[in-house]
Amino acid sequence: METIILFAPLVGAIIAGFGWRVIGEVAAQWVTTGLLFLACLLSWIVFLGHDGVTEQIQILRWIESGTFQSDWAIRLDRLTAIMLIVVTTVSALVHLYSFGYMAHDENFREHESYKPRFFAYLSFFTFAMLMLVTSDNLVQMFFGWEGVGVASYLLIGFYYRKPSANAAAIKAFVVNRVGDFGFALGIAGLFFLVDSVRLDDIFAAGPMLAETQVAFLWTEWNAANLLAFLLFVGAMGKSAQLFLHTWLPDAMEGPTPVSALIHAATMVTAGVFLVCRMSPLFEYAPEALIFVTFIGATTAFFAATVGLVQNDIKRVIAYSTCSQLGYMFVAAGVGVYSVAMFHLFTHAFFKAMLFLGAGSVIHGMHHEQDMRNYGGLRKKLPYTFWAMMIGTLAITGVGIPLTQIGFAGFLSKDAVIESAWAGTAGGYAFWMLVIAALFTSFYSWRLMFLTFFGEARGNKKTHDHAHESPMVMIAPLGVLALGAVFSGMIWYGSFFGDHDQVNRFFGIPEHHAEASDDTAEAGDAAAMTAPQGAIFMAPDNHVMDDAHHAPTWVKVSPFIAMLIGLAVAYLFYIVNTSLPRRLAEAQRPLYLFLLNKWYFDEAYDVIFVRPAKSLGRLLWKRGDGSVIDGFLNGVAMGIIPFFTRLAGRAQSGYIFTYAFAMVLGIAILITWITLSGGAN
Amino acid sequence: MISADLNIILTEIVLALFAMGALVGVVYTGKDRLAPALTWFTAVLFVLLAVWIGVNGSGARVAFGGMFHDDGFARFAKVVILLSAAAVLVMGQDYMSRRGLLRFEYPVLVTLAVTGMMVMVSAGDLMALYMGLELQSLALYVVAAMRRDSVKSTEAGLKYFVLGALSSGLLLYGASLVYGFAGTTLFSGIIEAVGSGQISIGLLFGLAFVVAGLAFKVSAVPFHMWTPDVYEGAPTPITAFFATAPKVAAIALLARVLHDAFGGVVGDWQQILALLSVLSMFLGAIAAIGQRNIKRLMAYSSIAHMGYALMGLAAGTAFGVQAMLIYMAIYVTMNVGTFAFILSMEKDGQPVVSISALNMYSKRDPGRALAMLILLFSLAGVPPLVGFFGKFYVLRAAYDAGLIWLAVAGVIASVIGAFYYLRIVYYMYFGEEGEALDRNRSAVLWTLLMGSAAAMLVGVVNLFGIESVAQAAAATLVN
Repeated sequence: METIILFAPLVGAIIAGFGWRVIGEVAAQWVTTGLLFLACLLSWIVFLGHDGVTEQIQILRWIESGTFQSDWAIRLDRLTAIMLIVVTTVSALVHLYSFGYMAHDENFREHESYKPRFFAYLSFFTFAMLMLVTSDNLVQMFFGWEGVGVASYLLIGFYYRKPSANAAAIKAFVVNRVGDFGFALGIAGLFFLVDSVRLDDIFAAGPMLAETQVAFLWTEWNAANLLAFLLFVGAMGKSAQLFLHTWLPDAMEGPTPVSALIHAATMVTAGVFLVCRMSPLFEYAPEALIFVTFIGATTAFFAATVGLVQNDIKRVIAYSTCSQLGYMFVAAGVGVYSVAMFHLFTHAFFKAMLFLGAGSVIHGMHHEQDMRNYGGLRKKLPYTFWAMMIGTLAITGVGIPLTQIGFAGFLSKDAVIESAWAGTAGGYAFWMLVIAALFTSFYSWRLMFLTFFGEARGNKKTHDHAHESPMVMIAPLGVLALGAVFSGMIWYGSFFGDHDQVNRFFGIPEHHAEASDDTAEAGDAAAMTAPQGAIFMAPDNHVMDDAHHAPTWVKVSPFIAMLIGLAVAYLFYIVNTSLPRRLAEAQRPLYLFLLNKWYFDEAYDVIFVRPAKSLGRLLWKRGDGSVIDGFLNGVAMGIIPFFTRLAGRAQSGYIFTYAFAMVLGIAILITWITLSGGAN
Repeated sequence: MISADLNIILTEIVLALFAMGALVGVVYTGKDRLAPALTWFTAVLFVLLAVWIGVNGSGARVAFGGMFHDDGFARFAKVVILLSAAAVLVMGQDYMSRRGLLRFEYPVLVTLAVTGMMVMVSAGDLMALYMGLELQSLALYVVAAMRRDSVKSTEAGLKYFVLGALSSGLLLYGASLVYGFAGTTLFSGIIEAVGSGQISIGLLFGLAFVVAGLAFKVSAVPFHMWTPDVYEGAPTPITAFFATAPKVAAIALLARVLHDAFGGVVGDWQQILALLSVLSMFLGAIAAIGQRNIKRLMAYSSIAHMGYALMGLAAGTAFGVQAMLIYMAIYVTMNVGTFAFILSMEKDGQPVVSISALNMYSKRDPGRALAMLILLFSLAGVPPLVGFFGKFYVLRAAYDAGLIWLAVAGVIASVIGAFYYLRIVYYMYFGEEGEALDRNRSAVLWTLLMGSAAAMLVGVVNLFGIESVAQAAAATLVN
């Protein structure tokens, strides 16, 4: 069954990508979508039937070279099961949604076939993503990791006639390369120290690595910290964390279903998944975890501030995604991996829904993306409006404080914030997240108010022609709405309930703490076995329990932040719509700073892009053009022809010349060997 | 005793008797009318003998007190010589009879030359060596001047004769020096006299002169000057013959002398061969660039290729001999195909040898153009064609023997040499539209061209098993 889940999308991609000329465009779309729904159904069966015990399903041997061994195998545990349903559900719905969204596209010419290609890419992406989440060793995971990178590149640049789309695709690829470099170094380092890339071996080696020092670059490092840090660099690239985040907003150049699937629900969460997956390593790397927390919190805050002032509807949601990923990393960084996965899980539903809703708006508004040109669309797009409303309620975290009743985001975000409070003793990360929650509420409601309320702005003709999207686009929204409303309430206990409940859900053995203590006392001999369960929390990791006992003010603080954000947004965009402009003019430098995304792109342009380009130009013009080409041209056009002419002149045709050459030759030969060889 | 000896040289006797018998028989019967039939018959006889040697021969036997060796090395060379001579005979037959060149002496002379070559590769004595060499050379002098009414052809024959006499003189002088200092003409005796390590100056002089005399036959620089003129002047089928069988015989003889008679002092002749090799490779590559005549171009091409074969020999190891044998077999195969193509180049019934006549040849005859393309790429040594593996073997032999500078020089020369091969490809595929060549309908030429090109492609699988055969052959020579 797991094998079918894994390979159904690949089969779909191959059939649609290579066989659409045979089976036709429509059939190609149905094949990919049908296979995805099959995978989705099976994934839910696996998820609901999973008992938390880790299973390994061998598919085939892949690489064997010396002590290096890498198989294709599925590692099925709770983490994998969660990712399976997230990936296949969102992917299946996005496939369906794309029927409507991609039906007509002005970026392509009449009678040009782009749909099978699009669906094939989507399915290929799904396959690579499943490869990533099911892998049993780091090399296979890296394959999936790069596979999603390729799919992302292809889909961001899907409108290949648009220069901006191509630039965005290249940017995404190059920025991810930076992260992947760290990831690859981490894998190599793990192989160097553990002599295996299998997850089980690496997990077992966690305590050993914590006590190992390794020389890297200019100094000695703690092996666990260094390796965890390197892996996290990979995660930063994929999950668009601060400093490597610049590609994500630009990735919105791709079609909106792509943004929903890849750049909101699945691929960008791969970094979070990686950290949770490698929890047995990260647990022994306290400094690396502090770094993770810091980056996560800062990203959450930074992206939320930028989201406040963006005008492009998709960019707002993109920065929102970036910010929410920061939340997840904070949860992972303080050691509550289950909560990170919980937020990943709920976020996938409501963020995919927001994107698809935004896509529906864009579709209805004839590819207008500037929110300043929206307004009053509630009547024109009623279903979309309600879907977006549910998504907004979920992301801003609406619920009844101090209970477990609320939208998905309410439960998971509060869990993150409580964990952050417990994990950092109410420090930096906690306050950053609360402020980010306020901003989240503001920009989300701003989006809603600007789009669906108030007067119609912008091109009147566009507004007159605005229409609700077809049923294939509305239906996925409805399904995701269910997840956005209920997923938090249903699985709250499993992810963030009491200790036993979480342990059972993730297959962590009972009395885990005592067992570990025993082995620690028994000595290091027994310590080299991998900890059981999908995630690992060190025996002294009590953050989750502490989070449950957080004071009331901590538990209600995100709710209050949400209310403030809502109130301000209401004031700015419903009550008095001239306020935002006045504020922006009053605080112009701050406004520009935020509007220009803290000038990250400009800074990178100066620091990295331009020096790299000028270095490239130097090597190209001077190095390659002048030196190498010049040298070869000189040899090929000057020196060799000279000798050719010389040889031609020697070939005089006179027999005495020839005889003379022979005699001369033998004379030289004799002289030479007499002097060099024979005479000694 | 004598009957056992005769049994060992049976193939040579058969060929010699056949040549004489055919000469006498045809003179008294049909003369030139019978020439085509005789050509075919000779070719068939060559093939049969090649098969017989290849299948029947085993072990190493010695005849006439060590003057004649029948071993794996000799058999390998003989098979290559016989097969290439047969191929050249049949492919030139049509060309020569249409121009009235096909006299009945032609197959007879070729047979005599082949007999000489077979004696050469089996020689175990300086006498036998010289006898074989002269039998071959005298026949070739005549063949080169076959076209008596053409100034160029007679000039070529005369040049070849005079310079050949000079080289024979060098060889004989060397042989007499060797005899004088070693006291014997037998290779097995010389190797004992030479010993290992120190070599007397007289023997060293003798060695140098013998090598120089043989270098003339393989047209190694600086004893190559005759090659372009003779290749150009002789009728094309005879050029093809010059480019194949005699080269194999000469280099095999060189290998035999060096290893059988001077195997103990590898270091002394290694430097001579390395020098000849590097000069040949570079001169062949550089001088060919200036050529507009495809026959002259092939002359320089063969000089360069001999440089590579000498590189294998210069290694002075069994692997080097193996590499040289493989290289020669591949070289001969490629040349047969290439000359089959050159023979088919004609316009209004007249042969064309200008490279520029090939402009846009691919449009008129895509099949032949493609085959020629493959052959040229293979000659240039472009992987994955067989020609690359030939170069690869000799480069590896040189590298293993510590002659790294020579291997590097070989690579550089092959880069330069690629230019003129690829220029022909350029003319065929991207040149300007010019006057069209005739369509040649000869099935023989087509078969040889296509077969040779196909061999370049298919051979990459296992080189037709030639590797292990060459290894066994080399093992009998070097031990």
